[in-house]
Amino acid sequence: MAGRTLYDKLWDSHLVKQNSDGSSLIYIDRHVLHEVTSPQAFEGLRLADRRPWRLDTNIATPDHNISTDKAEREAGVAGMVDEVSRIQVQTLDDNCDLYGIKEFKINEMGQGIVHVMGPELGATMPGMTVVCGDSHTATHGALACLAHGIGTSEVEHVLATQCLVSKKMKNMRVTVNGTVGVGVTPKDVVLAVIGKIGTAGGNEHAIEFAGSVFRDMSIEGRMTVCNMAIEAGARVGMVAVDQKTIDYCEGRMFVPKGDLWNQAVDYWQTLTTDENAVFDTEVELRGDDIAPQVTWGTSPEMVAPVTEFVPMLDEQPTDEKRQGLERALDYMGLVGGQAITSIKVDRVFIGSCTNSRVEDMRAAAAVAKGRHVASSVKQVLIVPGSQMVKAQAEAEGLDKIFIAAGMDWREPGCSMCLAMNADKLGAGEHCASTSNRNFEGRQGNGGRTHLMSPAMAAAAAVAGHIVDVRTFKEVVS
Amino acid sequence: MKAFTRHCGLVAPMDRANVDTDMIIPKQFLKSIKRSGFGPNLFDEVRYRDEGQPGQDCSKRPINPDFPLNFPRFKGASVLLARKNFGCGSSREHAPWALEDYGFNAVIAPSYADIFYNNCFKNGLLPVILTEEQVDILFKEMDAQEGYQLAVDLPAQTVTSDSGHVFHFELDEFRKDCLLKGLDEIGLTLQDSDAIRQYETERAAQHPWVFGAIK
Repeated sequence: MAGRTLYDKLWDSHLVKQNSDGSSLIYIDRHVLHEVTSPQAFEGLRLADRRPWRLDTNIATPDHNISTDKAEREAGVAGMVDEVSRIQVQTLDDNCDLYGIKEFKINEMGQGIVHVMGPELGATMPGMTVVCGDSHTATHGALACLAHGIGTSEVEHVLATQCLVSKKMKNMRVTVNGTVGVGVTPKDVVLAVIGKIGTAGGNEHAIEFAGSVFRDMSIEGRMTVCNMAIEAGARVGMVAVDQKTIDYCEGRMFVPKGDLWNQAVDYWQTLTTDENAVFDTEVELRGDDIAPQVTWGTSPEMVAPVTEFVPMLDEQPTDEKRQGLERALDYMGLVGGQAITSIKVDRVFIGSCTNSRVEDMRAAAAVAKGRHVASSVKQVLIVPGSQMVKAQAEAEGLDKIFIAAGMDWREPGCSMCLAMNADKLGAGEHCASTSNRNFEGRQGNGGRTHLMSPAMAAAAAVAGHIVDVRTFKEVVS
Repeated sequence: MKAFTRHCGLVAPMDRANVDTDMIIPKQFLKSIKRSGFGPNLFDEVRYRDEGQPGQDCSKRPINPDFPLNFPRFKGASVLLARKNFGCGSSREHAPWALEDYGFNAVIAPSYADIFYNNCFKNGLLPVILTEEQVDILFKEMDAQEGYQLAVDLPAQTVTSDSGHVFHFELDEFRKDCLLKGLDEIGLTLQDSDAIRQYETERAAQHPWVFGAIK
């Protein structure tokens, strides 16, 4: 008998009922809520006179549209300048208070971007099913969870039933063996994967990231990778349990202790793919071949090594590709054949659920230390992913390094990743960004996003243009 | 939930691949706590020449005359013809809400992003999958004929054009059934309450740390 993949095991252990029409009822262990995709779900519950099925499964926090400005944040929800956003955050508070759902409120220790908060509090643990009304929920798969984004109707469904009606996805394995070079980070690895399989390459699949490059990564790095599975079309990204997973979980707020901890660890150690398991799709890359990556276009698949050039129109194999490239270059204000390093940046954003954990802050600070933001750069936003990340970074003095370099040290939230708050690009501005999406208008109407790693973004802030961080000698050594 | 059985309506194009949900409904409109009213802001950034704000009267805004939905011939369209990987990116259900609120009953494309595809069914919006060749044929016919309509028949799983093309499409049985009957999916799941409780009892015995941790 063929062995089971990690995804098969997670699926099987959460199957409540197999229906005759091919659908399945899947049990949800952890439900993470935020202000933007939950109000209509709570309203739906009320209209149908229903109540949450279970309370101890839910965890909530505001993150998407709260201000990252210190003065505005200190004034709390009541002090939120944008009235529409204020009502939305207040609605989350009201709903959580009404039903008794655990919420880390706007300035409470524990608050943060949902996908930073869940793992760091130990609210997400190996072997769980984790859902949230946000497509980057795949992040939690770094802890060998079956985690994916859902829409608001499904948020209501999970609140009311603790289950989802699902159809099993196909298994894909992305194997990256070898070793990545100095200056090459998890962000570069996942961007290289997306560049290879395309933005729809993972549609209908759950991706397991396997191989020495992911084994060698920290858990935070694996989160960066799983986070962007959705940019390759896959709702789910996962890495199997190893000793690092267990070490990461130990001692966190909601993780069991004593005998229960030992019992949990015994189970977690089974959460790996069997050797003889078969995947529907296999993809392989060599870690040694991956250089720091930068997106030049308007889709995460429009990516190139920093040492290369913007693609040429006349090199495109099909009309569709040429038209897509033409539209992207027009929007980005770039010309085919231009060196990636010739792209000047107006603003820099270091943050988001992809890259706002403490090791991301450390990587950016290592570049910023003793340097200063280029005079042509209007703003460099450093937005820690959570209150805990902020506190840790400040304890290490990273905030002082950023401030001395002329950068803004902000309060935790989603910020300029999706520009729902005041942090946004002006029309035509280029941004070196550690976030996950470079879609038209994503970071502000007319804004031009270049995705890259925290070290690369900090280097761009200092140079005033995109630059290969490997040329920063002391960083590399 | 809103049901869908058959629909015949005017076809409008969205002729580019990888249309993301940020494009379908930009972030500033996600601050609403309501499910309705997103139609005037559908495709806001490409549909208007200015930057839209929530609560604004869109009838006075400068429109982009080059955007097809602003062409007089596509006024009143209820079937959207699109390209591959439609609805990629953010999970925002505001995307199907905006399409539905604008007046679309069906989308036809060669493929969809998974979360968007799933969200459509919760809102009575039918996402039809045809092959790239079939979608190409429909684009060409639509370009050539003003007032071009398509008939989408869910029970028969067909798309029929005036010219006589009848294209069959596939979808999951459970999704079809829910959409045809406009079923309340939560109500259906709650009929399995005993099975859910039994699962919880067994799971709590095996993996007790999953329960009770968050208070």
